[in-house]
Amino acid sequence: MNDHAVISLQGIHKIYDTGEIKVHAVNNVSIEIQPGEFVAIMGASGSGKSTMMNVIGCLDRATSGNYLLDGVNVNDLDRDELADIRNEKIGFVFQGFNLLARTSALENVELPMLYARKRKRKDMGEKAVAALELVGLGNRADHTPNRLSGGQQQRVAIARALVNDPALILADEPTGNLDSKTSIEIMGVFQKLNDQGITIIMVTHELDIARYTRRNIVMRDGRIVTDIQVENRLHAEEELAKLNKAAEAINMLPS
Amino acid sequence: MRFLAAFRIAFRALLRNKLRAILTMLGVIFGVGAVITTVSLGDGARIMVQAQIATMGENVMLIFAGDFRRGGVSFGSGSSSTLTLEDLTAIRREVAGVRNASPEVRTSRQVIAGNLNTSTQIIGASTEYFTIRSWTLKDGDFFSEADINGATKVAVIGQTAAKALFEGGSAIGQVVRVSMGGGGGGGGGGGGNAGGSIPFTIIGELNAKGSSPGSSMDYDDCLIIPYTTVMKRMLNSTALRGINLQTESMEMMPAVAGALTNLLRQTHRITGARPDDFTIRTQEEMASVMNQTQETMRSLLGGVAVVSLLVGGIGIMNIMLVSVTERTREIGIRMALGARPRDVMAQFLIEAVALSCTGGFMGIVAGMVASKVLTQLNGWPTLTSPQTMLIAFICSAVVGIFFGFYPARKASKLDPIDALRYE
Repeated sequence: MNDHAVISLQGIHKIYDTGEIKVHAVNNVSIEIQPGEFVAIMGASGSGKSTMMNVIGCLDRATSGNYLLDGVNVNDLDRDELADIRNEKIGFVFQGFNLLARTSALENVELPMLYARKRKRKDMGEKAVAALELVGLGNRADHTPNRLSGGQQQRVAIARALVNDPALILADEPTGNLDSKTSIEIMGVFQKLNDQGITIIMVTHELDIARYTRRNIVMRDGRIVTDIQVENRLHAEEELAKLNKAAEAINMLPS
Repeated sequence: MRFLAAFRIAFRALLRNKLRAILTMLGVIFGVGAVITTVSLGDGARIMVQAQIATMGENVMLIFAGDFRRGGVSFGSGSSSTLTLEDLTAIRREVAGVRNASPEVRTSRQVIAGNLNTSTQIIGASTEYFTIRSWTLKDGDFFSEADINGATKVAVIGQTAAKALFEGGSAIGQVVRVSMGGGGGGGGGGGGNAGGSIPFTIIGELNAKGSSPGSSMDYDDCLIIPYTTVMKRMLNSTALRGINLQTESMEMMPAVAGALTNLLRQTHRITGARPDDFTIRTQEEMASVMNQTQETMRSLLGGVAVVSLLVGGIGIMNIMLVSVTERTREIGIRMALGARPRDVMAQFLIEAVALSCTGGFMGIVAGMVASKVLTQLNGWPTLTSPQTMLIAFICSAVVGIFFGFYPARKASKLDPIDALRYE
């Protein structure tokens, strides 16, 4: 076992007991994720990937097994301690963006700092602005979500995930609600962050989106069936350039 | 900072649903308004009683002829001839703790000065009366023992009567004529001079006491003259309307009242279960009789206050439950980002308190307005003190905490995964 792993799952089981039938959503999963990795967890619906996500995100507790997050054993923490772990160590990015409506981008980004236990509140605003600048939205700080496009909203969400300097970013279908070009842009943001050393775990069912990551884990019936390093990794910038070139070509066609 | 931020967030959430927030606050507004009005009325009444006591004099006790409580049935108050100067003498001789005592006879008469006239109270009293009732002189002198013994025709005039008769000019040394046709209240008959009038020389002018607030009685509308003069020259009667006493201290009042009752029953030969033919009143009792109307109003408003606060609180609870359901997803987001259950709880509790406190603030304003209106319309004294406002504000905060607790707790118990998935 590696002491430096960001995530270390050992024999994780998650069983939902609905009374009549027991659903074995996650069945004996053991994985390790090192700092700086960019992992896509894939699988059909019902494969257990969302449950895995919830367990990794400390939103849910495993029925059995050991889970070490950044060296901390998460298994026997209570609700308050889990909340603190989510606050300090995990940055969430959701499919539906999940920004607070009628609240400015800046205040949305400040939200995790509001719940931080040990924090210096003075630089809250500065840190939020820096995070927004990192995702290229420095000039949209005072915009409310309804005045931002889907891609921009997801960037705000990423800025919010970054602002407490978490050990990892956990993204649940981050491109699920976006068109293909915006999806590639968002993957570009993730790749840039990953290049800076930030660990990212992403759940997706889109194969081509998974090709922007470094490692793909495929689940089926609660078990890991594939765990491979990505060969011929796609780079968002190149793909965007190709797209632009194609668009130009279409424009140049005689109408 | 964190707390302030929480309040800012709460107020913003409320501003999103202005109409809803205001409708929710109505109950609290009425409740707190009623609390403010009730307490303002009570404080006003209390101040009035104190003022009345101060106006009447210190440690004053009054004995009236006849039975007040059965008045009109068998004894007319003051009109029965049960109290006499012999009683006064007996009291002076046998009851300990009496500092000053004065007989009192009254009659309402027409008084003429030059071409002006007014109807006023003629009060016949001894020299001690001025001390007992805390009268002070603006000008001139009180009458003396010699005036009492001689039944002289001198008078000390109250401000209202003086203004009516002399229109601001000096009253001292002036002669007024008091008609002999009794204006009622006196009893005993007019005597030989009926139809004519008696000249009185004004020797003193009293400082104003003001009318007693909350009643139509004007202390300054009077002419005070030696009781002997009234009894011999005007009423031709030996019956007293009452006896004014001043005890040596507040604490002695009950003992003095007891001794007086025993003495008077004995001298009047009242035995067994037969009722007294006199009534003893302390100034506090008299003041409290005057305030009974306000008391009724206060208990009524007090009831309204409690019910309104209860209903207002239930309204807040209802709307907070709706709010928690509506914002389930927001709760999920906050939890995912690291809000502890108690943070979520605090958020909704603060929102409920913000709601009730805003309502409370509006209620304070409404209550102050209502108090002013009551004073204007009914002439009831009201006083809205800062303490009252603070109490009302605390009341509304407590309502917010109490009724906001359950919805806030419900919010804090949500499971983050379910909350996030909530549509």
